[in-house]
Amino acid sequence: MKTPVYLDNLATTPLDPRVLDAMMPFLTDKFGNAASRSHPYGWEAEKAVDLARQQVADLIGAADKKEIIFTSGATESDNIALKGVVEMYAQKGKHIITASTEHKAVLDTCKRLERSGVAEVTYLDPDRTGTVTAEMVSGAIREDTILVSIMGANNEIGTIAPLAEIGAVCREKGVFFFCDAAQVVGKVPFDVEAMKVDLAAISGHKLYGPKGIGALYVRRKRPRVRVAGVIDGGGHERGMRSGTLNVPAIVGLGKACELAKDEMAAEAERETKLRQRLLEGLRAKLPEVYLNGHAERRLPGNLNVSFYGAEGEGIMMGMPDLAVSSGSACTSASLEPSYVLRAIGVTDDLAHNSIRFGIGRFTTEEEVDFAVEQVVDAVAGARDISPLWRHKLRDLEKEGVTVAPGSQVMVPDANEPAGAGA
Amino acid sequence: MAYSDKVLHYFRTRPNAGELDAEDPNVGTGMVGAPECGDVMQLQIKVNDDTQIIEDAKWTTYGCGSAIASSALATEWLKGKTIDEALKLRNTDIVEELSLPPVKIHCSVLAEDAVKAALQNLQEKSGEKTTAAAAGSEG
Ligand SMILES: Cc1ncc(COP(=O)(O)O)c(C=O)c1O
Repeated sequence: MKTPVYLDNLATTPLDPRVLDAMMPFLTDKFGNAASRSHPYGWEAEKAVDLARQQVADLIGAADKKEIIFTSGATESDNIALKGVVEMYAQKGKHIITASTEHKAVLDTCKRLERSGVAEVTYLDPDRTGTVTAEMVSGAIREDTILVSIMGANNEIGTIAPLAEIGAVCREKGVFFFCDAAQVVGKVPFDVEAMKVDLAAISGHKLYGPKGIGALYVRRKRPRVRVAGVIDGGGHERGMRSGTLNVPAIVGLGKACELAKDEMAAEAERETKLRQRLLEGLRAKLPEVYLNGHAERRLPGNLNVSFYGAEGEGIMMGMPDLAVSSGSACTSASLEPSYVLRAIGVTDDLAHNSIRFGIGRFTTEEEVDFAVEQVVDAVAGARDISPLWRHKLRDLEKEGVTVAPGSQVMVPDANEPAGAGA
Repeated sequence: MAYSDKVLHYFRTRPNAGELDAEDPNVGTGMVGAPECGDVMQLQIKVNDDTQIIEDAKWTTYGCGSAIASSALATEWLKGKTIDEALKLRNTDIVEELSLPPVKIHCSVLAEDAVKAALQNLQEKSGEKTTAAAAGSEG
């Protein structure tokens, strides 16, 4: 087992060796420009790009591979979708609906559009599980609404959105539905037809493909969606994204999508088991472990938990052999804890104490068991020197309340969310 | 973010971690910070009645590694000092010793505040003591 054990697969995933194999020729001999029409170097590059386009389309159920636009990643796709639709449909209206828990690539783009006066944005607050419901979306749609932007699954808390229901509402009301699908594609079923998604953002490095490559799905029929390009130039990608295509990375993204399509179901089951093993392992040894996000409707590999009385960065420092991330304020320059945890109503005494685990394709049971040991030690160590933990423990003991592994008595009102049993 | 060796050292060895009896009249307790901000520090000092020298200091801290290291370092410096000397402790000394980056300066400020709060608590207690003593002599 290699340390530090990598359990941050929601931040990025390693390249699958099979993806690298597929890319290698295009990093060496097959270096042609896919736009070169006059010789075999160009033709073979174009053919490879075509295949990749089909592989991406197949994974997300797109009717036509022409609906796939290659970009530098989900951030760029988010930008093109939002800015491109706002510009193209300015006559129709300028209202966008999104959620306060979206990725910054969506939120900051929306803020910029608001500042420049071309859009008005409604930010929906999800419920305690992190879910934005179709009813919430429906209630916010106005005459001048042109776009609904809801992510497939949240990158911090892993909650999966009811996409088919939201898509149905949008289609019925004649509003485009854009989904930042960076976290769901290749992890759980995502189908643009079944879910009535009109635009979708995809990121290569979240599904064992290379970094710096992504895609934007733009529906061509029923309804046809038009987006203004953000990067002007040679008119590549049907004018929506100019710039010489990054052929090796595109080939890699295509291969990654093909692998994901074949292996997703089995992989999701395996990761879900590992996630449960991790949570149960922690609760078997530690009291006061609170789950953030939805108990069931979450990404298979995502576990986000808060440990009462132990601050996130302090915990991470106590387990240098684990690579995870935290919503703690201390991990950001802003000194604010995670805006996602805030938005779903995680109280201050838990928001700083979260650790996000991202289990991935290459995570083993041995690594999960190792992680449990490391986390248990780090949390126990942090609590031992925590005035909050010590004082609370003394108060509860005085009242005769037992704090034992698996207990959740310190923040009683945090017990209801998480959609337990849903 | 990478930590300085000093921060790592104090985080791992945790000198003076723990608590003193807050009821002891010679113990001053300072508790600063807030859970909402992600840092809470409790710092305690025990002063020798005769010599007026800080003979023990303990801390418990909820927070990041830099906050933990700042409190540990502060208690190390406090031991063996007089109250007047303790009052001279500045957060900038902590920043320098631990090579804290700008975003972590607030951790050192918290430690300075904790020291002051503990000293103030001690002062209040000794005030009570003298009043109690005065009341006693009258009675
Ligand atoms: C939901 C979501 N959207 C967008 C992004 C940005 O993706 P990329 O790194 O491909 O630009 C990420 C990854 O950080 C993400 O999780």
